[in-house]
Amino acid sequence: MSPQFTLQSLILRTTAHFLLPLLLVFSVFLLLRGHDEPGGGFIAGLVAASAVALYMFALDIHSAKRVLRFEPRDLLGWGLLFGVISGVPAVFMGQPFFTSQWLELTLPVLGELKVGTPLLFDIGVYLVVIGGVLLILLSLAEAED
Amino acid sequence: MLLAVLSGFLLAVAAPWVHRALGRHSGWVLALLPASLFIYFATFLPQISGGGQVVIEYPWIPGLDIQLSFLVDGLSLLFALIVSGIGFFVVSYAGRYLEGERDLGRFYVLILAFMGSMLGLVLSSNLISLFVFWELTSITSYLLIGYHHEEAKSRKAALQGLFVTVAGGLALLTGLIMMAMVGGSYELHELLTSGDIFREHDWYLAILLLVLLGCFTKSAQYPFHFWLPNAMAAPTPVSAYLHSATMVKAGVYLMARLNPSLGGTEAWLLLLGLLGAVTMFVGVFMSVRSTGIKQVLAYSTVMALGTLTMLIGVGTETALMAAMAFLLAHSLYKGALFLVAGILDHEAGCKDFLQTGGLRSALPITAAFASLAALSLAGVIPMFGFVAKELLFEAVLEAPALAGILTFLAVVSAIMVVAVAAIVGIRPWYGPRVDTPKAPHEAPPALLAGPVVLASLSLLFGLGAGLVDQGIIAAAAGAVHGAPVSVYLSLWHGFNLPLLLSVLTLALGLTLYFNWDRFRDSTRFLEVLNRYGPEVAYEKSMAGMVWLSEWQTRVLQNGYLRYYLLTILISTVALVTVTLMTHADILIAPDLSDVMVHEAFIVAVLLLAALVSVTTRSRLGAVASLGVVGFCVALIYVLFSAADVGITQVLVETLTVIMLVLVLFRLPGFLGLTPTVLRVRDAVIALSVGLMMTVLILAASAVQYADSISAYFIQESQPSGYGRNIVNVILVDFRALDTLGEIVVLALAAVGVYAMIKFRAEDNNSSTTLEK
Repeated sequence: MSPQFTLQSLILRTTAHFLLPLLLVFSVFLLLRGHDEPGGGFIAGLVAASAVALYMFALDIHSAKRVLRFEPRDLLGWGLLFGVISGVPAVFMGQPFFTSQWLELTLPVLGELKVGTPLLFDIGVYLVVIGGVLLILLSLAEAED
Repeated sequence: MLLAVLSGFLLAVAAPWVHRALGRHSGWVLALLPASLFIYFATFLPQISGGGQVVIEYPWIPGLDIQLSFLVDGLSLLFALIVSGIGFFVVSYAGRYLEGERDLGRFYVLILAFMGSMLGLVLSSNLISLFVFWELTSITSYLLIGYHHEEAKSRKAALQGLFVTVAGGLALLTGLIMMAMVGGSYELHELLTSGDIFREHDWYLAILLLVLLGCFTKSAQYPFHFWLPNAMAAPTPVSAYLHSATMVKAGVYLMARLNPSLGGTEAWLLLLGLLGAVTMFVGVFMSVRSTGIKQVLAYSTVMALGTLTMLIGVGTETALMAAMAFLLAHSLYKGALFLVAGILDHEAGCKDFLQTGGLRSALPITAAFASLAALSLAGVIPMFGFVAKELLFEAVLEAPALAGILTFLAVVSAIMVVAVAAIVGIRPWYGPRVDTPKAPHEAPPALLAGPVVLASLSLLFGLGAGLVDQGIIAAAAGAVHGAPVSVYLSLWHGFNLPLLLSVLTLALGLTLYFNWDRFRDSTRFLEVLNRYGPEVAYEKSMAGMVWLSEWQTRVLQNGYLRYYLLTILISTVALVTVTLMTHADILIAPDLSDVMVHEAFIVAVLLLAALVSVTTRSRLGAVASLGVVGFCVALIYVLFSAADVGITQVLVETLTVIMLVLVLFRLPGFLGLTPTVLRVRDAVIALSVGLMMTVLILAASAVQYADSISAYFIQESQPSGYGRNIVNVILVDFRALDTLGEIVVLALAAVGVYAMIKFRAEDNNSSTTLEK
């Protein structure tokens, strides 16, 4: 890792350890509430990608890759797969592809919960955005080595 | 019926596993499908032999009025029986012929898929599904010609066949769509009854030419015949099946099929009659001039296709009867002869007639049935080929026009056909023994079954012409004619002019055969013509296309981002400006009265930042000021209550700056290398783009053609989308398919950038190792 990318700031490095999980949780929060409040897969994906980018600047690429656990390329594939799969149930219900299907559940503690294929689709968007942005960022940073 | 057509494709999918499980017996097992299809189609015979037809419909794409409908009448049944019958022999033959080949599984997949496509083609009643099956036969043919894909020659021949037939296919599609527009239906069984509508329509000639272009390329008519002999690069069973008995007859099938709608005019007679006769003559002439076994057979197939086209062009009852009889006769004897050619190659290693002779003692059964099939080719009594030839002479003698020239060409061709038959039926088997590359021995039953049965049928149908007369041939001719025909097949027509011509052609043909070497020498000077033939034109046009695409790639895909941007921007400005000018009635009256102070302030900051970004001398400064532009835009979004878009804009801006910073270190210092003139040019273009966009947006918001769709989304978001965030509901529910497309583009772009960086890095690594 060339020194120009590690900012070598102790404060940043320490905060990054705390910020990364917080930001990731925040991104999931944005993803889940997106259907009713500002948020959604695209924004959540960008937040998650920025979180990992911050971590990369604070420490180095290798730690960032380690903390990511998945190859960004795989995330792209999974995201697209989720996106396509979410359209399939409608076909079996005799409706056009991508007609949304909803399931209303009443859970003991959480109360009413609505789960539907659009959520699955949004998760797909989320994964593609994270995968796409990080694929570019990480390989750019790696090329600097 | 649907299952019958699709079963070829279904079995094709399973074929590799069947082959792996059964090993060397797979050919016989897979051949059970064509055999059972043959029996299934034969059950239709009683229904259609009186001239009846059966229409079976399944909805396919009901919204576009495209049905999967099948039409079974004499013509389609004759073809279906030929396709499935010869299919049986070819599949079982191939199992033995290609035994031990690594790719035999793939071969089965292709040949069965081809059979399915061919059956679909001849049985389809809907023009669109007919076209789809038509193209499927082209594609499977391409893959089968290129079966030995390691050889450059095979690949070239495969591509040539594909290009020629698919180019014709495009013309055909246009012609068929025009037919449907004129006739008001895509269904053949409805179109065929309305011939006068087509013949009197202004589009008649255009439709005719387009459809015939498709048929002529597919059926290797002059001047598109050159791909067929090259297609002999395929394994012999493929040549026997696709390039002789079935696929190349698809064009003939379609001409016959459309005869009731398009036929009977002068243009039809001239185009089909003359070009068919020329093809017949050129084909048989090239056939006699060739010495390669498969080349001789391929060119004689061109002759047969020409003959069929000519007969359909003549279009009298006799001619159509002759065409159908000749079609059956040709499929029987040519199928047999091609399979014999395969045996010669497989058992004796012979590929050229000059290397053969006296093989009768080594391969007695093959020799006997090869000679029998050759007799039918020559049209010797009492073979079925003779019945067809008699009718052929009768038809051209009675032709309503061009009778003289057609008869002349038919007789000359027939003489050469007799010589070809002698080359095939006498040369390899009799006379002194010639050494062959392999020690010759008799073929196994799997290879013999086809030639034996097909050649025997040639004899059987000749002796008992009544067996196939009313049952199928008359029904087929009736379907082509559009009304029942009153011509009968018989072996003996009495002493008349056609018989005299037959005897004459036999005698002259044999004379030609005994002077074969001298004939080839004396016509050698004609090889000069090869330099100007249609194949050269094909080569030239392909080279021209490659040159053109290279040129336009050099000009458009020049690899400089600035030129791409310039091209896109200038053309956008030009096109939009012209449109705006010609629609000058659009009133643009910007209303500035409700602009708030803070809004004006943001816009001022935005403008300032934009100005800084283009004038600054520091790279980092440019990035930062671009960031300011982005954040200002985000603010504007937020002010106009588009929170989602605003958040996205902020995040994207952040990430963009991060990426730019990562890239920044790779770039050389910021130098003012661009001359002033260029900078002025860029400024002018940039400003005109800005101006154009401003005017366009003002103009667009001034005009409201339809009610805004926003109201619908606002209303429907909660009840049918279960969400209060309208933007998100639109993205993941209402317009989910669009979003899917967008994330696919996003993923592709990311992979593209990734590949660019990775390969760049690898290139650098390898060059540095070289330097070390």
